[in-house]
Amino acid sequence: MRASEEPALDLHFVETLVRPDRRAALPEPLPGDAFVGGGSWLFSEPQTRLRRLIDLASFGWTPIEPRPEGLEIAATCRLAELAAFEPVAGWPAASLFRPSCDALWGSFKIHNVATVGGNLCLGLPAAPMAALATALQGVFLVWQPDGGDRLLAAIDFLTGPGETALRPGEILRSVTLPATALRRRAAIRQASLTSHGRSAALLIGTSDPGGAMSLTVTAAVRRPLRLDFRSPPDAAGLQAALSQRLNPAVLFDDLHGSADWKRHMTLRLAEDIRRELAA
Amino acid sequence: MKFALNGASRSVEPAAGQCLRTVLRGLGCHGVKKGCDAGDCGACTVLVDGEAVHSCVYPAFRAEGRAITTIEGLGAGAGDLHPMQRAFLAAGAFQCGFCTPGMILTATVLDPAQRRDPAQALKGNICRCTGYRSIRDALLDRVNIDADVPACGRSVPAPAAVPVVTGRARYTMDFPVDGEAGPAPGTPVLHCRLHRSPYPHARIRRIDRTAALAVPGVRLVLTHEDVPARLFSTARHENAHDDPDDTRMLDDVVRFVGQRVAAVVADTEQAAVRACAVLDVEYELLPALLDAECAMLPDAPILHDKPADARIADCRRNVVAELHGGIGDVTAGLDAADVTVDVTYRSQRLQHAHLETHAAVAWQDPDGVLTVRSSTQVPFLVRDALCTVLDLPRERVRVLCERVGGGFGGKQEMLVEDIVACAALRLGRAVGIEYSREEAFIGAAGRHAMLVRVRLGATRDGVLTAMAMDVLSDTGAYGNHAPGVLFHGCGESVGVYRCANKWIDGVSVYTNTPPAGAFRGYGLSQTNYAIESAMDELAEALDLDPILLREQNIVRPGDAMVSFDSAEHDVEYGSYGLDQCLALVRGALDRDAGLQAPQGEEWAVGAGIALGMIDTIPPRGHLSQARVSLEPDGSVTLHVGTAEFGNGTSTVHVQFAAAILSVPPDRIHLSQSDTAQLGYDTGAFGSTGTVVAGLATVRACEALRRDLVAVAAMRLGVPEADCVLQDGAVHSGTRAVSYAALAGAAADSDMTLQGFGETTGSPRSVAFNVQGFRVAVNRVTGELRILHSIHAADAGRVINPAQCVGQIEGGVAQAVGAALTERMVIAPGGAIANPSFRNYHVPRMADIPLTEVVFADTFDRLGPFGAKSMSESPFNPVAAALGNAIARATGTRIRATPFRPDSIFRLLAPACPSRPDTGPPSIEAVHPVTDPSGGIAITPT
Repeated sequence: MRASEEPALDLHFVETLVRPDRRAALPEPLPGDAFVGGGSWLFSEPQTRLRRLIDLASFGWTPIEPRPEGLEIAATCRLAELAAFEPVAGWPAASLFRPSCDALWGSFKIHNVATVGGNLCLGLPAAPMAALATALQGVFLVWQPDGGDRLLAAIDFLTGPGETALRPGEILRSVTLPATALRRRAAIRQASLTSHGRSAALLIGTSDPGGAMSLTVTAAVRRPLRLDFRSPPDAAGLQAALSQRLNPAVLFDDLHGSADWKRHMTLRLAEDIRRELAA
Repeated sequence: MKFALNGASRSVEPAAGQCLRTVLRGLGCHGVKKGCDAGDCGACTVLVDGEAVHSCVYPAFRAEGRAITTIEGLGAGAGDLHPMQRAFLAAGAFQCGFCTPGMILTATVLDPAQRRDPAQALKGNICRCTGYRSIRDALLDRVNIDADVPACGRSVPAPAAVPVVTGRARYTMDFPVDGEAGPAPGTPVLHCRLHRSPYPHARIRRIDRTAALAVPGVRLVLTHEDVPARLFSTARHENAHDDPDDTRMLDDVVRFVGQRVAAVVADTEQAAVRACAVLDVEYELLPALLDAECAMLPDAPILHDKPADARIADCRRNVVAELHGGIGDVTAGLDAADVTVDVTYRSQRLQHAHLETHAAVAWQDPDGVLTVRSSTQVPFLVRDALCTVLDLPRERVRVLCERVGGGFGGKQEMLVEDIVACAALRLGRAVGIEYSREEAFIGAAGRHAMLVRVRLGATRDGVLTAMAMDVLSDTGAYGNHAPGVLFHGCGESVGVYRCANKWIDGVSVYTNTPPAGAFRGYGLSQTNYAIESAMDELAEALDLDPILLREQNIVRPGDAMVSFDSAEHDVEYGSYGLDQCLALVRGALDRDAGLQAPQGEEWAVGAGIALGMIDTIPPRGHLSQARVSLEPDGSVTLHVGTAEFGNGTSTVHVQFAAAILSVPPDRIHLSQSDTAQLGYDTGAFGSTGTVVAGLATVRACEALRRDLVAVAAMRLGVPEADCVLQDGAVHSGTRAVSYAALAGAAADSDMTLQGFGETTGSPRSVAFNVQGFRVAVNRVTGELRILHSIHAADAGRVINPAQCVGQIEGGVAQAVGAALTERMVIAPGGAIANPSFRNYHVPRMADIPLTEVVFADTFDRLGPFGAKSMSESPFNPVAAALGNAIARATGTRIRATPFRPDSIFRLLAPACPSRPDTGPPSIEAVHPVTDPSGGIAITPT
């Protein structure tokens, strides 16, 4: 039967659904295509330009797979699966997974559906997966429509609010977090106008035993920002380096916090992270 | 595809873009609610293979092969409730109940860690009614409801409690299968969607409907050329002349982004949506007026050029309504003052955010009566409006609602009923419309934004010598509720103080923004914020305790209650508990209860209070009728006109009937809000469900009781004075005659035992609320933490404590949202910039503190069983109390709501050496808020 008593459709302009189970089954790209990860964002807006949905879950990719060189996370890995990942000895940075997922505006019920790739491909400045992938130096595997592959560094993936480095027809296949990054110590901080709210600033810092420290800033800025210090910075050094980078052109002003407050909170949370990693 | 639904195998073919929610509702699982369309509110929560998901953003095709549980499938089956459903019943953890199925399903899957931190676990579940305390209680298995004790003063369960927790309670779009309160079974309902204006002000030059009509399945396109041109107001009042007639069903001029331009009716929603998208409209753009402060300037665009009988105060200045008046001599009063304050406060535009969006279905019954099933607080007034607009006699129109999923004033309008009624008559078919969440923001009313200047003068020892208030109210593109909100807003906020010299100037102006309307508090929340903040500034300037200052100046029984005029009115001190409320709040704050303040020099702590007075009934008449009849089995049927939208009045009506007629609540069948069932009821607004409609019920039941006693006395051969009603029978000594026997005897002589009661809403009494907060403010980050929230209410005699506390907690919670997080932002082009719950932050559990609720001990001589109203008023003093607490903590004051961390930060930043340069202009810069550091003049003389 057709469920027609109620409004029959939610994405009223979509006409077809394709559920490929292997790469060769992917259709030729068309205008109005959308790749569906979890669908939790896609189905949250009218999507008047979409005509065809291409489901990625039908590939059946292994969600998350530890390998000697690092952790391969499929684009279709659901946030709930990432958050539940059992930490592997020697990878302290995996402790970031759950708090990164919790930084999402959506509830645990969204975590049951939303995917790592979907969160990244939206290109939102507050996307917590962008903070995580950038902080842990993720390498993105991208399927090109001609059958080729290319690799992208996480820091180069988001290019601005709602914009990514993906070209038409390209699919984000996976993110690999290198073991070298997972072996670092890590700290995460979030600022929001409300408790459990949308991130106004989301920062992740990592450090290695040699004292090198990296700081990734998201949400307060239009695209992820990363600072690398060869030796542990002192408070003044960190503030100076970060202040210089947080100029008006990179700050992201939106309904979820004014730019001056986001900048202020970023500087404050950065110092918090520095202290935690220095302890 | 095949899947299991509540244990049964199902096979459906969902469309490519269909979400799971619509599949499930299509299969009759109406407990799966449509709340936000975006995965934000949780009303549509279901379990997929045991995992909770928001079914509105779950692709239907993903359900293949999975096992789905909806609220209908929860529990052991055969009517057994799940323990979580029982917990929600016992805690009374709902009001309108629209969020409840999703809330319960979510709660069933929480692990122990999540149950310890429900604010985190339930961040994807919005309840707009309760304030969340009772939901926390349900998770802790706390019991707030007294098991079936019929007495007034006890927490009797709501009649609809079990239907609500099982998802069987029928809201507007949950058509009943019996066809009694919906289109006949099997009748296909056509879908209506609206084409809305993209421009804030434009004349429609031409509409070409060819492309729209060419979409397969489209039946009708209605434009301004097709519908009655009669002017009316979407606002509904007892007196239809209270609001200006400035609105047409479909106009050839659009005055705000989102105004309806055309209606498309089609076999499917998809066809209607697609046809709306291809409707070709040519506009001539007109200059737009977006800023209320510019509305009266000589070069401002004129929004309405209407005839005098439209009742617009001054079309040429864009003034819908204005008032100027007072007593004494304010100038002299200010001159005589030792201390004066002159301060201006800004209240923002808000959305009601009732979880059930506006919706209606219209059809003609077999007798040709136009019948409209609607999500409304005012079925009778909508019926009358339809008669006026469509030129139909009353007996040809019926309007009804069953359970309404929240209102807060937003459903005291006719926003969708007219268009589906018109379409249904045209097509001879059933036609339905259901707003999306986005439409609820852009195509429905909100709270009036107001700019309020207050000047106060007082002697050195704190006696008020002058009160002046200057109100600018932004009514948006249409004047629905503009006069009422302005006049009401200029009433009790000032009238609660005794002062010889008062003057109020108020003006409500048009702008090319979405119309404002009736919102909880009806104008008082905005002026209360200004007056109560200014009183706090006066206390600071006088170095007086703010509670003491109020105690010295509040009205006491015997004092005239005067705001802008001293004319005769029908408001009396039916009871008075304001002094008690102030003392209760003082005591609670002195106890220093609540959370510990965070440690550290960054944190500043302060306490603040504010009070509010409200007339228990709206002015200018509020009529209500009730009819109660004895059934042959001795049970009782009670017909009331007032609607149930979470206000809990159904429970109170049953309590009244049970108490007067001595029958258990489960022997009382309540029938409500149907114009076919009863003569008349003005509606469920102005907090009248108990004090007006309840009084009608009391009178109807008393009439029936008199008849029962008379008939029984005759039958028993005893004097009436010897008869006592007890347990469904009339007793005299050891003899008794049951109600069933009395009903049977009456039926034998072709009679029905019934009683009728009515009220007119006059005279009126006054109710009081005092809110206190102790807060901690982080001077460096702007973070605000509420350490203690205390609310004292004078509700007269409390009929149902659990419900009344719930109304207060819910009002405080909604007001905390208004004070801290909520704001409708108008983008530069006039559109609402944040029409969704992820961008308009309705409080979630994490945002709402526990509020200690205490009651004054009073008994109102005008209200039923001594009760007074207590629905709107708890909202009113909250913003000022919070602002006053922040000001006491930080030594400086924000004079605009909401108080967000970034605005508190900006206020305090000059004192902070690490303050960075400000970034690019924020969206607020488009509509600058009053400079928080300016505008004050405290001048000790």
